[in-house]
Amino acid sequence: MSQFLQIMLSGLATGSIYALVAVGFTLIWQAAETVNFAQGEFVMLPAFFVLIGLNVLGYPLWISLLFGLVLSIVVLGVMFKKLVVEPILPSGGISLIIATIALGTFLKESVKEFYGAEAEPFPPMFPTDPINVFGAVISLQDILNLVISLGVVVLLTLFLNRTRTGRCMQATAQSPEVAEILGVNVKRMILYAFLINAALAALASFLITPVYLAKFSNGETLGLIAFIAAIVGGFNQIRGALAGGLLIGVLDNLTATYVTAEYRAALPLILLIVIILLRPQGLFGTSEGRSV
Amino acid sequence: MTAPVLSIRGVSKSFGGIRAVRDVSFEVAKGEILGLIGPNGSGKSTLFNCVLGQLRPDEGDVHVNGKPVSGMRASELNKLGVGRTFQQLSVFPQMTVLDNIILAGQEHHGTMLSRLLGKPDAGLTGQAEELIAFFRLDHLREEKAGSLSYGQQKLLDAAMAFMAGPDLVLLDEPAGGVNLTMLADLRERLQTYNREHGASFVVIEHNMEFVMELSTRIIVLAEGEIIAEGAPEEIRANQSVIDAYLGS
Amino acid sequence: MSFWLRPLFLAAMIVLACLAPLGQGNYIIYILTSWLLFSVAAMGLNLTLGYAGQISLAQASFMAIGAYITALLTLAGWHWLIAMPLSLLACFFIGLLLGYPALRVQGHFLAFVTLAFNTLVFLVLRNEDWLTGGSYGLVGMPRPDFGIFNTAKQLQFYYFALAVTVVAALVMWGIVRSPWGRAFRALRENPMRAESLGVDTRRITLLAFAIGSAYGGLAGALVTPLVQFIEPGSFGLVHSLRILLMVVVGGAGFFFGPFVGAAVVILLPEFLRFTEGYYLLIYSALVIVMLAFAPNGLIGIGARLRARFLPLQARGDLAQGSRLK
Repeated sequence: MSQFLQIMLSGLATGSIYALVAVGFTLIWQAAETVNFAQGEFVMLPAFFVLIGLNVLGYPLWISLLFGLVLSIVVLGVMFKKLVVEPILPSGGISLIIATIALGTFLKESVKEFYGAEAEPFPPMFPTDPINVFGAVISLQDILNLVISLGVVVLLTLFLNRTRTGRCMQATAQSPEVAEILGVNVKRMILYAFLINAALAALASFLITPVYLAKFSNGETLGLIAFIAAIVGGFNQIRGALAGGLLIGVLDNLTATYVTAEYRAALPLILLIVIILLRPQGLFGTSEGRSV
Repeated sequence: MTAPVLSIRGVSKSFGGIRAVRDVSFEVAKGEILGLIGPNGSGKSTLFNCVLGQLRPDEGDVHVNGKPVSGMRASELNKLGVGRTFQQLSVFPQMTVLDNIILAGQEHHGTMLSRLLGKPDAGLTGQAEELIAFFRLDHLREEKAGSLSYGQQKLLDAAMAFMAGPDLVLLDEPAGGVNLTMLADLRERLQTYNREHGASFVVIEHNMEFVMELSTRIIVLAEGEIIAEGAPEEIRANQSVIDAYLGS
Repeated sequence: MSFWLRPLFLAAMIVLACLAPLGQGNYIIYILTSWLLFSVAAMGLNLTLGYAGQISLAQASFMAIGAYITALLTLAGWHWLIAMPLSLLACFFIGLLLGYPALRVQGHFLAFVTLAFNTLVFLVLRNEDWLTGGSYGLVGMPRPDFGIFNTAKQLQFYYFALAVTVVAALVMWGIVRSPWGRAFRALRENPMRAESLGVDTRRITLLAFAIGSAYGGLAGALVTPLVQFIEPGSFGLVHSLRILLMVVVGGAGFFFGPFVGAAVVILLPEFLRFTEGYYLLIYSALVIVMLAFAPNGLIGIGARLRARFLPLQARGDLAQGSRLK
């Protein structure tokens, strides 16, 4: 029982970080119909910005984190939108899919060539001491990861629902034409979505990298898992992406322990295929009236 | 009189408590051009989609050439002899005019295998060229459909619906967006085709002038019910139709 | 491209391909051979993606299936001429299955389903070592011997691969010119309209996947005797993406696009060798730049240039080629 609790909690902790990435995914999908196949690399990269701050520029940890966050927002938010999405969006969805795939390779190779191919330790922001909860041994890091991720998602939801800017963003996501008529600055709202996505990716990066070490190839699985979480959650809802992320995190831990380690990577994929085929609108999503 | 090409019997369809179509019945005879008119929201499109098998009526049934169409795939319905156009332009912009027309006929010839191994044009070039000439697009035969003017694309769109020699053609706002000079041309071509080939048309149209000139019979729908039916000149004079349009 | 130009171009390419390896070392011939078989794989994906408009990120997994079936059968002593059609057939039917998701979902959903499929195939190949040799893979597959013509030497194998490629290209040419080809393009441009004109779009979608996958399988059946050592890593997602890039760089929906694209993707690293590890970096940046400025690929650029410099016979619409949707 205590083992089960342990698995559940550490699953929730990683799951909540997946959720951050999945929420970002959903935001830019809603804002600009962009499916970012480089999302995993978006999570891999900010950790290296921080390492540059620490090791190259010699900043203390907290300034390096801030440096990493700002740089991520500029590179993965503003530059991504201006240099990749805007020029290619008019050529259609498949072109954009291919472009973001290429972007993922570009980011991965950049890190590999300019920083290094070896995995590097990344300083944890919190003490990693194990603590006891009802007999289960859990690291404080896991608990804090969970609390911070959930906190950020709650804050984001409040921002979207309670502030004027947030509501304008939602209006833009639902119908850019109507939002335009209502006087919303649609372009700026779309930019905000990209900025928030970049910030969420950076945060996820800071939280997850201490667990896995920083490596250029970290994004490969992360991007896929974030997409699966978004699909499970229905792609058009933040709540759905959150639930999807948590679910995948727990499920992943459960299969690795109880079923098979060899096919651990297969389970989320099978889940993805089954959900896309049976419920394309996601487990928690509402149908967008799409039919083929 | 021969059996009707299209027969609609007691069709009703509701969407979440709103009855879009209420107990509508009518028939379309061979060679007839039926205009289906009515204000927005009168149930024209719902009825159209019931005929096309896209919607399943709550009550009643639709037969084409004596066969029920409910739940039928669009391609099966097409093979049963129903051609259609869409409200929006629906040509294949990157294919040539000739290829557009041949595509519209090729699935009605031979088997899947013969379409792979047989002639590239499925032996349809001659027939396609006749149809292209009929719609006066011959000079554009090798052009990509997307490079044609709007009116020309509209003609091509209609021509595609005729390529397979259908018994019934459903035209969804054929005049929409077509300029005045082209409009007379389009109407004249449709009427000539109808006379020469004996295909029946059902036309949804907002352009009153156009539909009155084109049709041999008009049915007026309002709030899901047939409120008037008859020859165009009778409809023009009908007070309840005028009321329905002006909003009584 | 006008009617007579295409066969002429094809003949010129075949002559060029026959002369290319003469007097070259084994390594260059090996590179040219892999250009041929990646062209075959890319040709298949070009049918699925370029002509029929269905995205697939799983082409390498069909190369894997073709390669492993060919390897297992030839290791068991069967001739390549029997192993190859069986590989093809298997890929055709598995491709048919992969097409089913496309009947329900499109675009990014389909991209991810096919991506997941590729990874699943990789996992099976890696984990089921009783059959596939696991991460160590399979070694020692023989090269086909046709009695009078033995392909054991690199140059002979090149001509064998060239012959297979030419046959595959001719068959593909027949397909895209046939009514099926027209139906594939109609599916890409307006599936609703195609269905209303009697095209069974479900069947055509499945066929687009099945035929495209069979070409992947054929490429796999050539990989096995070429490298004589196969392991799961050679057929991972990265390789599916490479094949996708070949199609896009060459020009999706253009018949010769895959050959040009495969040449660029295979040969560019050789030319960029002096850049050492940077070539993937340069390469991916080039792809993004190309998608922004020339979404129809290199052949698309060619068509546009021709339209500009030969205004008499060229029509403006030619340049548009097949825009990806």
